[in-house]
Order: sequence, then C-alpha cells, then structure tokens
Amino acid sequence: MSLVEHQKNHVRLPDGSIEKQTTTLNLGPTHPATHGVFQNILELDGERIVDAEQTVGYIHRAFEKIAERRPLYQITPLTDRLNYCSSPINNMGWHLTCEKLLGIKTPKRVDYLRIIIMELARISDHLICNSVVGVDTGAFTGFLYVMQYRELIYEIYEEVCGSRLTTNIGRIGGFERNFNDVAFRKLEKFLKEYPKVLKEFENLFSRNRIFMDRTQGVGGISAERALNYGFTGPNLRSAGVDYDVRVHSPYSSYEDMNFTIPVGKSGDCYDKFLVRNEEMWQSLNIIQQAYQKVQEFKGAEADVFHADVPEYYLPEKKDVYTKMEALIWHFKIIMGEIDMPAGEVYNAVEGGNGELGFYLISDGGRAPFRCRFRRPCFIYYQAYTELVKGSMLSDAIITLSSLNLIAGEMDG
Amino acid sequence: MALTNEYIMQRLLEKFPEQVSNFEEPYGFLTFAAPKELNLKVIQFLYDDPELRFQFLTDLCAVHYPERVGEELAIVYHLHNLADNIRVRFKVYTNIEEPDVFTLTNIYEAANWLERETYDYYGVNFVGHPNLRRILNVEEMDYFPMRKEFPLEDQTRIDKDDEMFGRGSRLDFGNTRDDRSDSTIPESEKGHDHNYPV
Repeated sequence: MSLVEHQKNHVRLPDGSIEKQTTTLNLGPTHPATHGVFQNILELDGERIVDAEQTVGYIHRAFEKIAERRPLYQITPLTDRLNYCSSPINNMGWHLTCEKLLGIKTPKRVDYLRIIIMELARISDHLICNSVVGVDTGAFTGFLYVMQYRELIYEIYEEVCGSRLTTNIGRIGGFERNFNDVAFRKLEKFLKEYPKVLKEFENLFSRNRIFMDRTQGVGGISAERALNYGFTGPNLRSAGVDYDVRVHSPYSSYEDMNFTIPVGKSGDCYDKFLVRNEEMWQSLNIIQQAYQKVQEFKGAEADVFHADVPEYYLPEKKDVYTKMEALIWHFKIIMGEIDMPAGEVYNAVEGGNGELGFYLISDGGRAPFRCRFRRPCFIYYQAYTELVKGSMLSDAIITLSSLNLIAGEMDG
Repeated sequence: MALTNEYIMQRLLEKFPEQVSNFEEPYGFLTFAAPKELNLKVIQFLYDDPELRFQFLTDLCAVHYPERVGEELAIVYHLHNLADNIRVRFKVYTNIEEPDVFTLTNIYEAANWLERETYDYYGVNFVGHPNLRRILNVEEMDYFPMRKEFPLEDQTRIDKDDEMFGRGSRLDFGNTRDDRSDSTIPESEKGHDHNYPV
C-alpha cells in the first residue's frame, strides 16, 4: 500500500471536518533525543513521518559579527564554540587560515604535533557520535564505556593547553607551549589501550542483529543527492564519495601521512557508523605516524613548538615578564599596533563532521573586514526532511543522531 | 588534462565575453565577478559544462561594502569541482536598495539555507527562493544585523552599569572621574540611582 493510500485509509474524518488527518509533533528543541537545541516539527500519520520542518538558531551567537571587531587571536575562542566536540580542529583550522593570510610557514614539528591533536579530536568527535547512535538504539553500555577514553583525550588537551572542552589550543604560528612529558606519556597510554577498547566497541555493535536492523536502510541518501545538498565529511563518504579535505587539499603536512579514506555505499545510518569507526582506526594510525615523526627530532629541533614570527606569535607569558623583546612584541600585538595584510583567503580543514571552511577578508586593519565560517552541519541539516520522509519516528531519531549535528556549529 | 585556472578563465571569457570580469587569483584561488543578472547563467554553465563540472556548492555568503556606492552588497559563491579538485570564487554585486538576486536553489539544494542565512544577515532578496524567511534570528527582527551600519558596542564605554561583566561603576579602571560623573552618560540615563559606594 502506498503512503498516500495508507494515509487515506488511516484516519476517517467526517466530510467537511476542519481537523487534520495527521498529527503534529514537536521534537525538540529540548528533547533529550535531539542531543542539542534544535526543533523538528514533524507531521505524523500514526508513527510514519509525512513531513518535517526544522527550526534552528536557538543558540545563535552572531560569531561572524563579533569576529568583525576582534583581532585574529581573539577569534580562536569563538571557533571553540562551533563544533565543541572537536574544538581543537576548529582552532587549528583558524590558525591555519590566519597563517595562510599572513604567509607564515610552520616548522614540521609543529605540523605533526597539530596532526596529533587534530586526530585525537576527530576520535573524540566520532566516539561521541557513534556511541550516541548506540544510545538511541537502546545500547547505553558502549557510550559509558568509551567515555573513559574521551576523558583521556581531554586530559591530553589539558596538558597541552590547560582546558578540556573549549580548548583555545595553539597560537598563530604554533603552540603556546611545548608538549610536556606527561602529555606524551598520556598519548602513549592512549595509543596502547584505545585499540582494544575500539575493537570491543565495534564488536558490540557492528554485527549486532538489533543494531543492524535498526540502522540498515535508515536515513540513506544517494551520492548525487548528498553532493547536491552539500554534504561533507563522514556523511558524504558513507554515501560513496571519497572526498576528504586532508587528502584533496592537504594542510599541516597531512601529505606526509599514509592513510586511507573509508567510504560506504548507501549513506544509511549503518554505513555512517562503519565509516566513522574506520576513520577512528585511520586516525589512530595517523597519530602513530605523527608521533613517530615527532620523536625523530633531536637536539634543538626537538624543542621547536612555534614558527619564528614574533610580530604575530603571542610570546609565552613567562618571557613577557622576564625578556624585553617578548614584552615589546606582546605589547604590540595586544595593543593592536600590528595590522594584517589586506587580502582574501579561504581555507578549509576536515572537521569532525565535514569541511569546516574559514573565509576571511581583511582590509588591512586589525580585525577582519568579514569573517565567514562554513559550518558543515548547518549545510547538511537541511537534508533532514528528505532523509526522514516516509520513515518511522524511531528511525528519525537515529537519523538525527547519526548525522552528528552539533547545535553550536549549526547556529554559529 | 587537469583543469587549470587559466583554462577556466578562458572558457568563461569565450562564453561570456566582456561580462565576466575582475579575474584575480588571491592565494591561488581563482576569483571573478559578473553582473548580478547573469549569476544563474554563469553558475549553470559552470555546473553543466562537461569539462568544468562545478557541481558542489561549498559556500554562499554576502559581504557589505558601504563605501561602494551602487554595489554595496557582494554575494560570494564558492564552487568546487570535486573530480578535478579545483575551486573558484564567484562574486556578484548588487545595490542595497534593491538587493534582488536570482536564487540557486534549483541548481543546488544546499543553497536553500545558505540563502536564507544570507537574507537573514544582509537582506539579500533571492528571487525565486521557495521559502525566504529568517533562519537564525527571530522572525520579528526588522533589520539586517550583519550590515556595517550596525557596529558592535564599544567595549570601552563606561556609561553602562554592567559590573557582572567586568565594567561598570563598582570596578574603577581609572576611566571615571572622582565624583563618578561622566560626560558620556546620555541625558536619558542621568538621574538613575546607581547606588555608587562612597
């Protein structure tokens, strides 16, 4: 029976009735299953979705406007709050954009350290998304179990930059301080213990009958439609398109790393899950390679953690208090005596959920003339109506969580 | 043959002689502009041409240049050819009194929300858009906040009692007079009892 016929037979209203045949349901904005502040107005026929409309903007903070009044280094904390499940990637993406505009070349060691941090962030991002898909299909255990390892990743951030969620990690030109021994010990611990946990996590889900039944064929999309909707990241790759910014336009020396891009076929929730899982393995692989390369630096090279660009790199605080030159540069940067070159630059990084782009127009002043964030999930969330139309309400919930929507990023 | 910026430029000039202009390559990124009536034609050409194939809309946004009279708003499209991995940036300019630009929603679904966002921020009227409503700001809003005539608040203003956020009457950063009077307090604010500590 087609959906239309089904609808006709389902509810019988008397002739001339002003009542609707369908039920309207508000999913969100604060429903626990939406994992973020956004609303879906669903038109339901029984449990089947006839139409859906999304409302976003509940946590819009006008970052693009605020950025027009701030010097470059003060915009980094704004980028933290886009996709807050992987804020280091956003921070690094912003630093890379600034470095492109200012023409700064970072040393290799900085690049590799950045790769380590970015891939850790990717793992923590995918870990949340995949385990939440688990929660929404009724398996809470996996979520709680992998939290330990997200915690370990956060502890590594803490050693490097002092904070955990909104990291504000790094500076234009490098890092604010060198990685200490504790950070490397924790990284080694992570590299040693995490593969086993990820394997267990995979065993729990990927051939689980219930999980497969709930996710296979749910929320699928073809490669053409996904491209037309501007999908990027794991969502696009699960539909079969091997587009990855790390490979297509390498940044931060990703070209030195050896890894593959996993792709799916049908773009459904199951494929998305598998693609994200495989990406975590690839990320582990990349971290190992990058860590090995970091260890190969000897002598003075092993202490390099930023490029030598005093006019843009905020000096370490202890130098500011003890060295005259650092104090002068610090003063000049903070008081806005250094203007950036005029220009127009677009730079993208592979964020946790897609291509995170920064479009920066500078008119030569202290703050950007225009600063645009290409926020991947804002763009692909509009496909949600198409993804869930005709499916059951319970499928819509899983589709929502497997898209990896982060309200902070969506609302900008 | 891999697609190059020169070749794209040549194809565009063949197809739209004297209409596509302002070719630039900032940081290797091919950038060009066209009259706003042609935006759909140019993009459809870039999309359909079997060699160019710019079938992925990366981003769409607007920029406000208040000093450019007659072309205050720029609409910037970032297009990507994924197969040859090359990007172009295409701009159209419009005056701010009649910011009518054709919509891209018939070519790219992704343009739907991006255009709504651009409308929300800058008031660009995308002609033919199926649902041109505000998306991030409240619907009752009666201005377009990203335009340059709405500057952000001056961080150093001292006439506002906002002490929870580090400025205001109680914390003295040396920017108020001894008797706490300040010439920047507007007339309407005067006379309020702020309970200053003595």
